[in-house]
Amino acid sequence: MSSRRNSALINRRAGKPHTSMFLRMLMRAAVLRRGRAASALLAMVVAAAVATAMLNLYVDVQAKLRKEFRNYGANIVVVAKDGQALPADAFDKVNSALAGHGLAVPFAYVVARTSDGQSVVVSGTDLDQVRRLDSWWSVTAWPNITQDALVGARASLVVSPQGRAFDLSFQERTIRLNPAGTLRTGASEDSRIYLSLKDLKSWTGVQPSTIEIASSGSSEEIEALIQKLSQALPAVEVRPIRQIMEGEARVLGKTRATLAAAAVLIIATAALCVLSTLIGWVFDRRRDFAIMKALGASERLISGFFAAEAAALGAVGAIVGFGIGVGVAAWIGRVNFHAPVVPRFSVLPIVVVGSIAVALISAVLPIFLLRRVQPAMILRGE
Amino acid sequence: MFGRLVYESFRRQKRRKLLAGVAITLGVGVATAMIAVATDIGDKISRELRTYGANLVVTPQEDTLDVQIGGVDLKPPSDGAYLNEADLPKIRGTFWHHNIIGFAPMLPVSVRVNDADAKNATLLGTYFSKRLTFGKEDFATGVRITHPWWKVQGAWPDDNSTDVLLGESLAARLGRKAGDEIEISGQPHRIVGILSTGGVEDNEIIAPLALAQQILGKPGAVRRLYVSALTKPEDAFARRDPQTLRGAEYDRWYCSPYAASIAFQLQEAIPHSHAEQIRQIAQNEGTVLSRIKGLMLLVTLAALFASALAVSAAMATAIFERRTEVGLMKALGAGSISVAALFFAEALLLALIGGVVGFAGGSLLARQIGRSIFDSQITIEPVLFPVILAIAVIVTFAGSAMAIRRAVKLDPVYALRGEA
Repeated sequence: MSSRRNSALINRRAGKPHTSMFLRMLMRAAVLRRGRAASALLAMVVAAAVATAMLNLYVDVQAKLRKEFRNYGANIVVVAKDGQALPADAFDKVNSALAGHGLAVPFAYVVARTSDGQSVVVSGTDLDQVRRLDSWWSVTAWPNITQDALVGARASLVVSPQGRAFDLSFQERTIRLNPAGTLRTGASEDSRIYLSLKDLKSWTGVQPSTIEIASSGSSEEIEALIQKLSQALPAVEVRPIRQIMEGEARVLGKTRATLAAAAVLIIATAALCVLSTLIGWVFDRRRDFAIMKALGASERLISGFFAAEAAALGAVGAIVGFGIGVGVAAWIGRVNFHAPVVPRFSVLPIVVVGSIAVALISAVLPIFLLRRVQPAMILRGE
Repeated sequence: MFGRLVYESFRRQKRRKLLAGVAITLGVGVATAMIAVATDIGDKISRELRTYGANLVVTPQEDTLDVQIGGVDLKPPSDGAYLNEADLPKIRGTFWHHNIIGFAPMLPVSVRVNDADAKNATLLGTYFSKRLTFGKEDFATGVRITHPWWKVQGAWPDDNSTDVLLGESLAARLGRKAGDEIEISGQPHRIVGILSTGGVEDNEIIAPLALAQQILGKPGAVRRLYVSALTKPEDAFARRDPQTLRGAEYDRWYCSPYAASIAFQLQEAIPHSHAEQIRQIAQNEGTVLSRIKGLMLLVTLAALFASALAVSAAMATAIFERRTEVGLMKALGAGSISVAALFFAEALLLALIGGVVGFAGGSLLARQIGRSIFDSQITIEPVLFPVILAIAVIVTFAGSAMAIRRAVKLDPVYALRGEA
C-alpha cells in the first residue's frame, strides 16, 4: 500500500499524471465518507428530479390542456357560400387535410314543417361523431336506429310534448320520426331536430352545407390547416371560430406563464439546496485538501480533483433524478389529466448540464475560498 | 446561561447563521408565493375563461322556436315574445351580482339596406358599453364585456347614438368602410366601425338597442339576453333540481355560484323569462378550471417539498459543522437534552426570523407574478401568515432533528479530535 502510494508520489513529482491514482482517490472519497456522499447525492437526485418533473410538465402541459380545450368543440368551420350545398368531395378533402389530427363532422340543414304548420330546423349529421365533437350536449338517449331523432328541448315541446312519434314534411315529402332522446345545450341546438345524415338525405335529398372541424394543433398549425383547406376548397368559406381560438390562446398562455414562474422558483430552490449541501460537504473535507496540498499537490490538481468529483456526482444525480422526475411528471399527468405526461428526452441534456454546472460551482467555490489558507492551519483545526 | 449561549452563538457565527437563515428565507418565500398563487389561480383563470363569452342566456318564457341556420334567422322578426329592457338592471339585485361580469341584450331585426341592389340584412340591436343604474349603483355593460373577441376597426358606436357597426363580410359585399353612410329602412346612418367576429355577426349590422327597437316599432323589447358570470364548476349537487331540495340544502344550492343557481336567480329577477346555461361554455369551463387548479396544486406541493428539502439541507450542514462545539459541551458535562435544546432554540429563532422575512418576500413575489401574468393583484389571505410560520418552524425542526440526533450521540473524544 505504502509503496504504491510512494510510487504515485514519485510519478507526480516527475510531473507524470497518474490517472489510476486520481480515480482511486475519487472512489475512496466516496466510499469512506459514505454518509456525507450519500446525502450530497440525495440532494442532487432530488433537485434533478424536481427540475425534470417541472420541465417535463411545462413542455407537455400545452398538449394536455389543448386536449381539454378541444371539449369546447369545433374551432374551424367550413361553410358553403349562400346556402348552397358543399361540393360532394368536400368532406373527403377535409379529412385528408386533417390527416387524423382532429375531427370533422358534416351537417345538413333543412327547414321542415310540423303537422300543425310550424317551421322547425332539421339537421342531418353523423351522430356518433357529433357525440365526440360536442361533448357538452346533454342528451337523454342517443338515437341509433333509422328514423330515430334527437329532439332539442324546445323543439320537443312543439313537435312531441308526450314523446310520441311525429310527422315532419319538407316539399310535400313526409317522414315519421321517433323521438329517441332529448337534447339540451342552452343554444340554438335546443330548437332543432337532429337525424342521421342518411335519413335526412333519403327524405329530402339535401346535401351537407357545413363541416365543423375540431383540430387539435397549435395556433400556427390551425392557421396552416385553414390555408390548406381554402386552397383545396376554393368555392367555399373556411373560417376559424374566433371565440374558441382566442379564449383558448389566452387561458393557455396564462397557465403556461404561471407554470413557468413556478418552475423557475422551484428549480432555483432545488439548486440552492444542492449548493448548500455540496458546499458543506467540500468544506468538511478541508483536511483532505490540506493534506494534498501539504504533500505538494498543485492548485490545479486539487481543483481538478474536487471538480471531477462534483461533476461525477452531478452526472449520476442528474440521470437518476431524471428517471424519478419523469415518473413524478407521469404521476401528476395521470392524477390531474387522466393521461400520463410523455417523457421528453429533450429535457435530459438540460438537466444533466444544469446539475453538473451547479455541482461544479458548489465544489470550486469553497476551494477558491480555502486557497489562501496555509495547510498547517487547517490541519491544526483552526 | 442558556440565553447567553444562544445569543453568543448568533453573534460569533454570523456567516453560518446567515447561510442557514438565507436558505430558510428563500424556502419560505417560494412556498408563500406558490401557495398564494395556487389559492388565487382559480379566481384568475375563471376570469380569463370569461374570454369565451357569455355562459348564460335568458329568453322569454313563451319563446317560439328559433328558425336559424348558421346564425341566419329565417323567421319573421315580429314573431314571438320579448323581454322587457326595463327589467335588465334588476340583474344587479340578484344574490350573486358580484359574480356577474356583464350582460348584453340582443334584438335581431330584418331590415332593408337601400343600396344599388336592395338587400335584406339582419340588424342586431345591443348594448356596447351602456351606462345603467340600479339603486345607487352605476355600472357599464354590453358586448364589449360579454363578447371580448369582437374586434372593431374604427370606433365603437355610442349607445345613445344612431351610429352603427357593419360586419366585415357585409361591408366587403356592400363596399363600405368606416366613416361612410348607409341607408337602413329609409334612414341614413353613419358607419363608425367595421366589426370582425369570425361568426355570423360578420354578415350583420350591429346597432344600439334603441335603434333596433325603433325600427321594429317595439320600444323596450329584447329578444334574448347574454350573461357572463363567474361560476363554480358543476358537481353532482349542482345538478339537483331546486324544486326537490329542502331547507338547508336549498339554501346551500341557492347560495353557491353554480351556473344553474345563477340561472335560477336570473329567472327570478326578470319576469316571464327562462334562463339557461350555455352548456358549451359553462360545462367546459368547469373542467378546464379544475384541471388548471389541480395542476397548480400539485406544482405547489412540489415547491413545498423542494423548499422543505433546501431548509433541511441547510440546517443539517449548519449543525454538522459544529460537532467539535458539541463535543466540548458534552466534555464539560452537558446532557444530551440541554445540547438538543440549544440547537432547537437556535433553529426556532432562525425559523421565525426566516419565516417573517420569507413571508414578506414571498408576498411581494406573488404580487409580481399576479401583476405580470394576470394584470391584477394576487390577494394574500392574512390567515396564510401563521400557517407559513408554522410550516417554517416544523420544516426547520424536522430538517435539524436528524443532524441534532447525530450530534448529541457523538462521543466527545472523537468529536474533539475531529474524527467524526
